[in-house]
Amino acid sequence: MIMATKAFQKIYTKISQITKATCSLRATGVGAEELATVNGKLAQVVKIAGDEVTLQVFEGTGGIPTDAEVVFLGSAPTLKVSEQLAGRFFNAYGRPIDGGPEVEGKEVEIGGPSVNPVRRKQPSELIATGIAGIDLNNTLVSGQKIPFFADPDQPFNQVMAMVALRAQTDKIILGGMGMTNDDYLYFKNVFSNAGALDRIVSFMNTTEDPAVERLLVPDMALAAAEYFAVEKNEKVLVLLTDMTSYADSLAIVSNRMDQIPSKDSMPGSLYSDLAKIYEKAVQFPAGGSITIIAVTTLSGGDITHAVPDNTGYITEGQLFLRRDSDIGKVIVDPFRSLSRLKQLVAGKKTRKDHPQVMNAAVRLYSDAANARTKMENGFDLTDYDDRTLAFAKDYADKLLAIDVNLNTTEMLDVTWGLFGKYFKPEEVNIKKELIDEFWKKS
Amino acid sequence: MATKGTVIGVISNIVTIQVDGPVAQNEICYITTGGDRLMAEVIKVVGQNAYVQVFESTRGMKVGAVAEFTGHMLEVTLGPGMLSKNYDGLQNDLDKMEGVFLKRGQYTYPLDKDRKWHFKPIVKPGDTVGASAWLGEVEENHQPLKIMAPIAMEGTATIKSIRPEGDYQCEEVIAVLTDEKGTEREVTMVQKWPVKIAMDNYREKPRPFKLLETGVRTIDTMNPIVEGGTGFIPGPFGTGKTVLQHAISKQAEADIVIIAACGERANEVVEIFTEFPELVDPHTGRKLMERTIIIANTSNMPVAAREASVYTAMTLAEYYRSMGLRVLLMADSTSRWAQALREMSNRMEELPGPDAFPMDLSAIISNFYGRAGYVYLNNGEVGSITFIGTVSPAGGNLKEPVTENTKKVARCFYALEQERADKKRYPAVNPIDSYSKYIEYPEFEAYITQRINGEWTAKVNDLKTRLLRGKEIAEQINILGDDGVPVDYHEVFWKSEVIDFVILQQDAFDEIDAVTPLERQEDILNLVVEICNTDFAFDNFLDVMDYFKKLINLCKQMNYAEFRSEKFEDYKRQIRAMLEEKKAN
Repeated sequence: MIMATKAFQKIYTKISQITKATCSLRATGVGAEELATVNGKLAQVVKIAGDEVTLQVFEGTGGIPTDAEVVFLGSAPTLKVSEQLAGRFFNAYGRPIDGGPEVEGKEVEIGGPSVNPVRRKQPSELIATGIAGIDLNNTLVSGQKIPFFADPDQPFNQVMAMVALRAQTDKIILGGMGMTNDDYLYFKNVFSNAGALDRIVSFMNTTEDPAVERLLVPDMALAAAEYFAVEKNEKVLVLLTDMTSYADSLAIVSNRMDQIPSKDSMPGSLYSDLAKIYEKAVQFPAGGSITIIAVTTLSGGDITHAVPDNTGYITEGQLFLRRDSDIGKVIVDPFRSLSRLKQLVAGKKTRKDHPQVMNAAVRLYSDAANARTKMENGFDLTDYDDRTLAFAKDYADKLLAIDVNLNTTEMLDVTWGLFGKYFKPEEVNIKKELIDEFWKKS
Repeated sequence: MATKGTVIGVISNIVTIQVDGPVAQNEICYITTGGDRLMAEVIKVVGQNAYVQVFESTRGMKVGAVAEFTGHMLEVTLGPGMLSKNYDGLQNDLDKMEGVFLKRGQYTYPLDKDRKWHFKPIVKPGDTVGASAWLGEVEENHQPLKIMAPIAMEGTATIKSIRPEGDYQCEEVIAVLTDEKGTEREVTMVQKWPVKIAMDNYREKPRPFKLLETGVRTIDTMNPIVEGGTGFIPGPFGTGKTVLQHAISKQAEADIVIIAACGERANEVVEIFTEFPELVDPHTGRKLMERTIIIANTSNMPVAAREASVYTAMTLAEYYRSMGLRVLLMADSTSRWAQALREMSNRMEELPGPDAFPMDLSAIISNFYGRAGYVYLNNGEVGSITFIGTVSPAGGNLKEPVTENTKKVARCFYALEQERADKKRYPAVNPIDSYSKYIEYPEFEAYITQRINGEWTAKVNDLKTRLLRGKEIAEQINILGDDGVPVDYHEVFWKSEVIDFVILQQDAFDEIDAVTPLERQEDILNLVVEICNTDFAFDNFLDVMDYFKKLINLCKQMNYAEFRSEKFEDYKRQIRAMLEEKKAN
């Protein structure tokens, strides 16, 4: 990003209005969404009315005097892209925070245009994570966008780091928004211990940085991702954590712009704002792809809040983590988790019995949940109830727990093994041809 | 002279333009910025200032940019050559656009100018015709398309000349009409219709009555939709809205299917692009894509164009209906459209209604649904637009403005339910909350009696009652325990489970089960009714459960088998044998 003042640029020094996040001044020849500096602080044009221009100052307007120097930079926010990005850590403005040199390369505007839908390719490559709760029940596909819906105390960052390292991708781009410094260091350590630092690019806004700055992080991360996916035909995995912090910043800005809030104090444009980010996930015909795994933190598991709700309508599924009290481990919740693209690979890139086995197991797990309710209400359990409960415990331990690391064929074999151990063939509701081929008699 | 203007303000995609002449509400203008010409629509006028919504990103737009007004509202270009096309919300042909990324200000012609069409005249010189009268016919993808007199024509006109049968390009003059004032008017195969005005070029709009077969049992058997009917599918995310909508658009017995992907995921549109050219229309044996038009305004495309996209789709549907065709229009999702209205209204600083939606939301929705319908055209032929919209209720709560306002106007309601989806009971349409008003129409009753038999509706209503009873008993069992209720209760409950598993649940990903023709639905219905009407003799509730689980399993295997095949008949025999075995005397 060009920060230096170019020669002959006009400097304005008369600010007419200052709010917590914005300042206004009289200026001409200014373009919509153009960047500016206000006493060296980065700002962006959000409103032009005649010769009055309103700027949103990213780090807040604290300390800005009415005679601050305002310089317009002539373009929307940009990032310099090249191979040099790999292995580097940047702030929300795309400037190095790892002590290394500035990146040289082509300067691109972030938040660029959308891919023409007819130029997209249908995602069809399985992303294996080894976690059965994901690969078996909610298979991920390259070019997909999917968030973890998790309460802040759940180990989503750990699971995400594990997924990122196991997935066969060329680049991992980490966009941190309102991340604690501890988590930032965690990611840095995990990636460097795994020897993966050279394929990681990070854009970080930690809790120590101004909140509004993080609005730039997803666009920065995705501009870098598009460079590697389009120019280098690479498979890029983008990790965005945490999108709820991002939405909170949107709400702060919209509030300060006097916009009428809609549900949960979020701006009315929340759906479009989030969609612009998530829809950057794509499979390009030339082989490159962008897959987005994000985190949306929930408040007390409430998915009806505007942020998870809008996200759910945009993303291709969602993953829930839950502590299973039966086995004392964190599992991927099979009821609430969903990968919408799984049918593109399940039974096609994996063994043919995959879709039916997956559904049957979840159905039986659901029968176990009913049996547990019965038990808790003090009713007698039937023999079938007892068997489903035993199955559920085994299923959670051998498959759903996040510490599982198997390939999909092993996962299917394990599941058939459990079916055979606890049920009769007619109880699992699977097509007869598959029963004949795979049923394990124990 | 055309009105011109200069930009004096920009907030996101709302631009204020000072104009030098008259402008109309909803008039289209083009603003030149950074070498791009951006299309925009007037949404408010105050004195000399026109407020326009720009259909694209306004990044970099400066005060002083020049705007040119076109003198017309947003319109679509209609003619042969639209089938199998992929358009954006403003009817730009997406396949003609260059590059992987959409470029701002790139507008492409929706038809194929060079392609020749084999034209056959219907009228002859000297004939008198009115607006939208059929002048001739061309065939596109095996569909007989009509070339019509202009929609905007007042009164009648006389055919001065018409081209003989032959091959013509769409923009060639194929007829000359002389109107009542003696003015001559040249007619090509191409027409331009404004999208926000409902077309009333028909004689009568009766109550619709003809079943529109979708192959989805929970719709056709339980809550049928009819040709020219309206329906909506609300559901929280993850309940299978899109899968259900795709199933309907693949299988419905319609001549033309228009899919408006309005503010939804791009990959879902890609799925249609990828699959429809391969899939076969179960009714005609031709490729599905041949009868399909896709209007794609995915969620990352500009929000103002999202609002336009549903109108574009509806106008295309009206065009084909005027030709006497059966059109199915699917919009996924109307909530995104309503949200686009909300974003605009918000930026215009209008006083908000409930949930910050614009106050006139209810009127906008009902006017839009009102454009669907079964019609008798002026020449006595029939045409129809069946409209099914999905609704994405915020937080899955059906008490929100879009769902409530849609419920007032749509006649079929397919309530997708989280609980059913969690249990993987797909399609997750709640059988008790959902309804079709059409099943109560005497016109429908008469039609179905003639198409199937007079007992159909009574049987369906009986199953609905059984489902309700089954649900009540399930609740009682939950409270009182399995042995706290009589064994009979378990029998009633399990019979409702048979209805659920065998009729309602359907595997959209299984080649055979995915689509059930009406004949097979009748067969399944009769079998399930037979099971339900059988009195069984059970000793205890455990027997009931075991017995019905086995029975359901057999029925499901039957559903997976090819209709009337050896295997199918064999499963049926096994089911009948099971019934005999436990029958009470």
